[in-house]
Amino acid sequence: MGDLSEFSFGLRAFLRTYRWRRIDPIPWTPLRRPLSQSRLALVSSAGFVLPGQDPFDESRRGGDPSFRDIPSETEAHVLVDTHRSEAFDHTAMSRDPNLAFPLDRIRELVARGRVGSVNRRHLSFMGSITAPGRLVRDTAPAAARALVDDGVDVALLAPV
Amino acid sequence: MCNQAVGLVAAELERQGISTVTVQLLRYVAERVRPPRALWVPFAHGFPLDAADEPDRQHAVIEAALNLLERPESDAGVLVDFAPEGQAAR
Repeated sequence: MGDLSEFSFGLRAFLRTYRWRRIDPIPWTPLRRPLSQSRLALVSSAGFVLPGQDPFDESRRGGDPSFRDIPSETEAHVLVDTHRSEAFDHTAMSRDPNLAFPLDRIRELVARGRVGSVNRRHLSFMGSITAPGRLVRDTAPAAARALVDDGVDVALLAPV
Repeated sequence: MCNQAVGLVAAELERQGISTVTVQLLRYVAERVRPPRALWVPFAHGFPLDAADEPDRQHAVIEAALNLLERPESDAGVLVDFAPEGQAAR
């Protein structure tokens, strides 16, 4: 696990020949203040949405680069798994969305004083983006501006 | 693709002044995309924080990620392996 061996032969071949988008130069923001005084936001590519939110567009070629706001007070169990990939088992994260979008865990860290505060919203993306041009050019900068406007200091990002 | 997507978003957050740490499920992808700070976890896709309904195990992954944020040195592109069950990460 944690390597390409968990995938089918065809998918492994695709992943080995795919032209990954290399980050260069690598940007770097040092921690501005202790975590116990920092505001944290989650960013996930697990494709979770809230009931009533627009679903991600599975028909979009190259993947849907849009994102959804997930209010911080959301109970994790209400998140709806809409990730389109059939390459992994969805059962566990559908039962406990904290596995990929740890809303409850982050609130617990604030209660313990490990993290200063939770941002008023988190961001949910759909990760199956094979053509990330629009993500890099449009939606990731928009997501970053939103979190900057919120006063976010740190972000924890997780794929699925 | 999920791993690349969060890495690319992390890079943009860093460009705009937010410190990030990114969980990665595929070391192969992390080495190629190079998120600013990455924690590789040895779990299957669908299980980025180890296990469902296991808060302590989920916290262990999150704590390892937060520790990366607290490293004093500027080490852009740092990629650290998560070692479950209390083993030291490298």
